[in-house]
Amino acid sequence: MFELIIISTLNGVLFGMLLFLMASGLTVIFSMLGVLNFAHSSFYMLGAFFGFQLSRWVGFWPALVIGPALAGLLGAAVERFGLRNAHKNGHVAELLFTFGLAFAIEEVVQMIWGKSPVDYRVPVALDFPAFTVFSTNYPAYKMFMLVVSVAIFAVLLISVKRTRVGLIVQAALTHPHMVGHLGHNVGRIFMLVFGFGTALAAVAGVIAGPALITQSNMASLFGPILFVVVVVGGLGSLPGAFIASLLIGLLQTFAVSINGSLASVLGPLGPDHAFLSDIWNVTVAQIAPILPYVLMVLILIFRPMGLLGTRET
Amino acid sequence: MSDISAPLPRPHPLGYETIRFYGIWIAAAVVLVALPRIFSSGAALTTFSLIGISIIFAMSYNILLGQTGMLSFGHAVYYGLGGFLAIHGMNMLAASKAWIPLPLVPLIGGVAGLTFALLLGWVSTRRSGTVFAMISLGVAELVASSALILRSFFGGEAGITTNRTQLLHIFGWSFGPQIQIYYMVAGWTLLAVIAMYALTRTPWGRMCNAVRDNPERVQFVGYDPHVIRYMAFCFAGFFAGIAGGLSAINFEIANAAYLGAAQSGTALFAAYIGGIGFFIGPIVGAIFVTYLSLVLSDLTSVWQLYFGLIFICVVVFAPGGVAGLLMKHRPVVRAGMLLSLLKAYLVALVPTAAMLAGLVLGIEIIVRHTVNATEGPNINVFGIGLNSTNPTVWLLSVGLAVAGYALGRRTWAYVARAWDHAATIAREKGYLA
Amino acid sequence: MRKIVMTAVLAMAVPAMPLLGGTARAQDAVKIGVIDPLSGGGASVGEVNVKTFQFIVDELNAKGGILGKKLEIVPFDNKTNPQESLIQAQKAIDAGVRYLTQGNGSAVGGALSDFVTKYNDRNPGKEVLYFNFAAIDPILTNEKCSFWHFRWDANSDIKMAALTNYITDTPAVKKVYLINQDYSFGDSVRSGARAMLAKKRPDIQIVGDELHPLLKVTDFAPYIAKIKASGADSVITGNWGQDLTLLLKASADAGLKVNWYTYYAGAATGVPTAIKQTGLNHQVFQISEGPPNLGYAPADAFEKGLRAKYGVSLFLPRAVNEFRMLVAAAEKAKSIDPVKVAFALEGMEVDVYDGGKGFMRKDDHQFFQPLYISSFGERTDKEPFDEEKTGWGWKLVAKIDTDQTLVPTTCKMQRP
Repeated sequence: MFELIIISTLNGVLFGMLLFLMASGLTVIFSMLGVLNFAHSSFYMLGAFFGFQLSRWVGFWPALVIGPALAGLLGAAVERFGLRNAHKNGHVAELLFTFGLAFAIEEVVQMIWGKSPVDYRVPVALDFPAFTVFSTNYPAYKMFMLVVSVAIFAVLLISVKRTRVGLIVQAALTHPHMVGHLGHNVGRIFMLVFGFGTALAAVAGVIAGPALITQSNMASLFGPILFVVVVVGGLGSLPGAFIASLLIGLLQTFAVSINGSLASVLGPLGPDHAFLSDIWNVTVAQIAPILPYVLMVLILIFRPMGLLGTRET
Repeated sequence: MSDISAPLPRPHPLGYETIRFYGIWIAAAVVLVALPRIFSSGAALTTFSLIGISIIFAMSYNILLGQTGMLSFGHAVYYGLGGFLAIHGMNMLAASKAWIPLPLVPLIGGVAGLTFALLLGWVSTRRSGTVFAMISLGVAELVASSALILRSFFGGEAGITTNRTQLLHIFGWSFGPQIQIYYMVAGWTLLAVIAMYALTRTPWGRMCNAVRDNPERVQFVGYDPHVIRYMAFCFAGFFAGIAGGLSAINFEIANAAYLGAAQSGTALFAAYIGGIGFFIGPIVGAIFVTYLSLVLSDLTSVWQLYFGLIFICVVVFAPGGVAGLLMKHRPVVRAGMLLSLLKAYLVALVPTAAMLAGLVLGIEIIVRHTVNATEGPNINVFGIGLNSTNPTVWLLSVGLAVAGYALGRRTWAYVARAWDHAATIAREKGYLA
Repeated sequence: MRKIVMTAVLAMAVPAMPLLGGTARAQDAVKIGVIDPLSGGGASVGEVNVKTFQFIVDELNAKGGILGKKLEIVPFDNKTNPQESLIQAQKAIDAGVRYLTQGNGSAVGGALSDFVTKYNDRNPGKEVLYFNFAAIDPILTNEKCSFWHFRWDANSDIKMAALTNYITDTPAVKKVYLINQDYSFGDSVRSGARAMLAKKRPDIQIVGDELHPLLKVTDFAPYIAKIKASGADSVITGNWGQDLTLLLKASADAGLKVNWYTYYAGAATGVPTAIKQTGLNHQVFQISEGPPNLGYAPADAFEKGLRAKYGVSLFLPRAVNEFRMLVAAAEKAKSIDPVKVAFALEGMEVDVYDGGKGFMRKDDHQFFQPLYISSFGERTDKEPFDEEKTGWGWKLVAKIDTDQTLVPTTCKMQRP
């Protein structure tokens, strides 16, 4: 029992940190620019493929720097030439633009790298078990992911709250005209923020690619859950996203270990009530991956600003 | 001052105004009846049936998006639940040999959609905007996931099947052949569109538009935006359920894909590409998107790329959708300036078409080299067979694209000047504000 | 204004697109419509399938085709969606196809079987046949069997019967953990495993029975933790695609040492690479009807040819059987009319791709063939083929003969 709790906590924290790694970029874009970026997971996928190709040519560590830089440049270009034009036509237009972009990016990735998974491996330097808890190994690579996520969180938090750049960006979101009057190039600020957000997504891709599968359809795997993280954490709040990722990671992991169902608690139901018996017999473990959506709907009903959010839209 | 001297509105419409109002619907009915006589192949009938269903679905979505300003990512839930209840209904009716013919079954779907919208709508519509969009996404994911768990109702991954010919036959129709299904779908499409149009003409319909534009002021006027949004949600769910029921009848199967995000996405695309600001927008969009999704995947293996690019172009260049584009020409037509505009369009058509052809050729060449390398070097573009390894073909594609763009820029400026001219005349004549 | 022009032209370009793509179709050929995903999530599998079929058909055409006519593969993209599959089936029929084949997804298979049955019922004289090469939900040859449906893949009950027959003679297996995807196929795997193990090896303890949502789980670590906690020495799973890859990766990460008995470890691209990455040497087993490295010369030659031309391994030996039997049935019936071919196929006995005998059972249109258990790991001289350039390959562990794979059926077939 004790072993189960320790292991589940560890697994939950690791999974939550992976989620935060991916959601950090979306938090920046969604919270700061108010753009519902459906192409965010596409940039995550691009990061993974760039990481794969670059690590083939120059090795994993340079790829970790070059890949996100490339993706960030691409994101900045997308903002400058595409999103800005769509922005004048309203929120729905922006959203649909990112939809179309997601389709196009996925197809281009398929054209270049094919439809099958690619052999993107953990770098040799990190390919060993870091420690063993109750006879379960935890690979060093996962610890590396944890460290990177925490580092990104710390860097983002400091730069948003404590530096001048962060101050200007926050002001540009709520009072773009005033910030423009003060002499800052608001357009460039938005472009840089979007590029930075996509670069973060790409970092997540480069790092998570070897741990998960690097394939052209990987964008749709993580898409919806990232929105859950951002919404549950609260719009405009980075600590909120961090806590929400941890919460969701732990929730899902603990739920998997619970084999209870209504039937196990309240006794079996006769087979005549076919529909009810489905609900009666479903175990918590079976529904574990959809619990985050339940959480999101509940939060939106009872506290629409999210856990630590500062505003609703 | 001119208002005082304006004549009072007439209490009853004149003859020609009545004909013009009802004429559109009668003309539409005539077109629907005549269509299968012109295109009678099996594929055409199936396509028309699908387009009809898609029209109802996209129009129901536009009640939410275009009229009330609510962006929903989970509209397919009501479509899907309508479909499932319609299938279960058909199975039950067939088993009990009840005296209810097939054309009434979509109503079951509609009532199912309405019921679930009533249940889920109150909490969903408390706020509009992003919060509503996220709630709809969450609910959609939940329902779609539970479809695989609640196997007895949703039939698991395989879904539930039925046989539509086992219900009561009326007028000797068993509804097995596709032509009979087409007429049923066409009839329901006409009824649903008329009903939705009537809704927009009611005071409630107008208040929906008000809620979209300025919810705070709606409260000052004495209405509760929450109640109005809730009613819109329920109506939208009703019509989506009808569309789901028709789809269940057409395919004789309902499964978890009906509820999924992809299905919700098609409603959003159809409504937006058609134009959410106009009533006929979603109709145009539904025709376009359904046709595109049926035809595009046959023609090219990278249809997703073209789809994404078309989408991006519509969003950036024509945010009002196709209907918006067409409606922009209305003042120009009334001012009689259409011909000069058309001339400018024709001139611009040549280089623009060349540029697009060059781009498409380039994409197909790249695709043949990267994706379909084993199919040999011959590709077929616009009906012409070409060898994709031939450098002349590469030059052709680049040349077309570059020359098309260079010439095109000048012709586009020419079109802009023609538009300015036409708009000035229209403004002088009072047709354009 | 430029924007209006561009969009107007785009709008005109779309109806012109029907002229894009496509190749001229040969007249007087027997068309086989392949309805599989060619875009979206299942595209990697669908793409390989089409290439495999093309190779098989080219070989058959070189030997004279079907009653002197050429066979032609016409692919249709169903995006793994049952409704889309029905639309594509209608398109195929309109294009003159009378033999449909499909495999990816039992949901699609069920919808197609239903559609074909109803279509043939409502359109006598224009019948089409549906050849199923991979949708292995047992229901398609039991409750929902149809005269017009033929299945060449051993259904999940048959595979479980063969697997449990192998386990009966493997005393090392003492504690079994079941983990499957939560849908009809996963359910049939687990219920089949439970029932058959209880009968054949009642001493085996089933220490876990897990169902997880289909293609949604990204972190299998908690499931691995549960398997470890249960003390299992073997895991039986029907997982495929990313569910299998991520499960195996998570188990390697955690250092879990069990034997994995799978259905689909060798069935698609990506899994062998993942197994090599995780270092599970000869711990992952699969049950299939024809892994490479069996040492049967004609099969080896075929495999070599396919790899040389298309760069893919043969994942579908059953498709080879399917097409060869189609040609044989047409020759037996002396006609390419689907109804006559269907009657000729029933009960037909053939030499299967890997040597050995197989037959199409008349009662339920299920094909029975020898099945093999193989394991993936380091190769010896006896295994010339590796997978996906990993250097590792499939090694034969056991052969289960056709008569040991038989299962009863509840099918009550209605014949025309």
